[in-house]
Amino acid sequence: MAEIEALIKAFSGHGVDEKTVISILGNSQPEHRQAFRKEGGFFAEDERRFERWNDHHVKLLKHEFMRFKNAVVLWAMHPWERDARLIKEALKKGPNSNSVIVEIASTRSSDELLGARKAYHSLFEHSIEEDVASHIHGKEKKLLVALVSAYRYEGPKVKEDVAKSEAKALISAVKNAEKQNPIENDEVVRILSTRSKPHLKSVFKHYKEIAGQHFEDELDVHLILQAAVQCLITPQSYFSRVLDEAMRDGADKNTKKGLTRVLVTRADVDIRAISDDYRNHYAIPLADKIEAKAKGSYKEFLLTLMARGN
Amino acid sequence: MATLVAPVQHSHIEDAKALYKACKGWGTDEKAVISILGHRTAAQRQQIRLAYQNLYQEDLVKRLESELSGAFEKAVYRWILEPADRDAVLANVAIKKACPDYHVIIEIACVHSPEELLAVRRAYQLSYKLSLEEDVAAHTTGDLRKLLVALVSVLRYDGPEINARLAKSEADILEDAIKNKAFNHEEVIRILTTRSKAQLMATFNRYRDDCGTSITKIIRNAIKGAGTDEDALTRVIVTRAEKDLKVIKEVYYKRNSVTLEQAVAKDTSGDYNAFLLTLLGKAD
Repeated sequence: MAEIEALIKAFSGHGVDEKTVISILGNSQPEHRQAFRKEGGFFAEDERRFERWNDHHVKLLKHEFMRFKNAVVLWAMHPWERDARLIKEALKKGPNSNSVIVEIASTRSSDELLGARKAYHSLFEHSIEEDVASHIHGKEKKLLVALVSAYRYEGPKVKEDVAKSEAKALISAVKNAEKQNPIENDEVVRILSTRSKPHLKSVFKHYKEIAGQHFEDELDVHLILQAAVQCLITPQSYFSRVLDEAMRDGADKNTKKGLTRVLVTRADVDIRAISDDYRNHYAIPLADKIEAKAKGSYKEFLLTLMARGN
Repeated sequence: MATLVAPVQHSHIEDAKALYKACKGWGTDEKAVISILGHRTAAQRQQIRLAYQNLYQEDLVKRLESELSGAFEKAVYRWILEPADRDAVLANVAIKKACPDYHVIIEIACVHSPEELLAVRRAYQLSYKLSLEEDVAAHTTGDLRKLLVALVSVLRYDGPEINARLAKSEADILEDAIKNKAFNHEEVIRILTTRSKAQLMATFNRYRDDCGTSITKIIRNAIKGAGTDEDALTRVIVTRAEKDLKVIKEVYYKRNSVTLEQAVAKDTSGDYNAFLLTLLGKAD
């Protein structure tokens, strides 16, 4: 039935289409709801002869209803508390969320990251570096601890000869990938976690000139390392990629959260530039994509964040 | 407790004028410089610097740099800078030496509170257009680099909370590492460079309870220091005169059976000697 389809659609995607739910479900008679239970796929026939909510689906629905609330709470937060809580959550979620830690550590300004570190002290009575060092165990640990500890110089001055020689060091590390994973290479960690962003842009420019290809096109490079480089020198492309992955069909729970996180954390910073990058890459305006994939109050909220000041 | 003896009230304008007079013409009245600057707190020194700039359109620091020389000049230069700027200078000097003074970096990184260390890092960026960790990393290699970069980068939690179970498990890790003489052990570096000071104290106490010896003795022996005595003497006295030099004096006397003043008198001379003794609290 068209209405059941509409109802299923109202519950799928990002957020909940409250208006549709109210108009269809709110207006429904018992037999309509039974039809929904029998055909929706959200219920299963119980042995005692009633259609029972699928626990898994109830959980999913809970997340979808909460998406708006989470976005609002995150938006109202002080940016420092926001970043501190996002990092804590990523640490709790495990290795698949390490990219969130990279994202925050590498795309914030020096003082923003510092603020997040101080907020983390207040909220969790530990330092970020302490928790990252003791909770993360893979190859990416060294780099992550170094990235969250950084207090980069933010001036424009770049020493081209140093940048060139550091590009060579990176090339050599990538060439030696069989002997040692570049993400664990001391020079790689040093360069990525201490140098200023303008300097790093120059380093990777030299990398392309000398090696003949972009660092991001190198195969066999740890995903976290690729993410760090992208976040440091081309954050807008990184963010538009995160957004696209979040809105892809079948994206998992954690990946989907990227939509809220990027929109809320960048709305005051560079969402317009991210938007432009998104349209260039994916041939559709970001706002249109959000219009298509998100629902209800959550969707309106995100679009409003994006449209401010227009 | 501080050893510095400074008047509660002073006129920074009078001081600036007196310093101008002391530097005017041929030669310098070093005694005057010592008797004024050696008896002023950090806040007072900055006021004098400002007054001097307003009166004579010149930076007092630059004037003193050109008038004084040798160890005395170095000491006064360090003394007159704001603490964060001073430590940034000390760190830079230590790093740029042909044989870098690692223990100066360690000292700066570990003695300060997290906020003070942050101020040093900011001052470093302002003065040298590079971050402190950048310079430390670029001038060190291997395990020492890992340790030093982490030490200067950390923003330790500064609360008093202690986790006793964690203290035990990390004391065990340290014990294992020390038994196997593995001081570059990743876990040792992690513990020393990320845990809060309160937590570290708890861990060290636990270590002492379990192993009978103090961990600081072991670590001190393991880290070789090689600065010149003069630099170290200046550095410690200048940086601690307003903080806890009194305590340091007491400990020094207990350990060495001579007072710090006697040691200073023996190893230094002239204006440098007079300046250090003034900071140590000797009456004029």
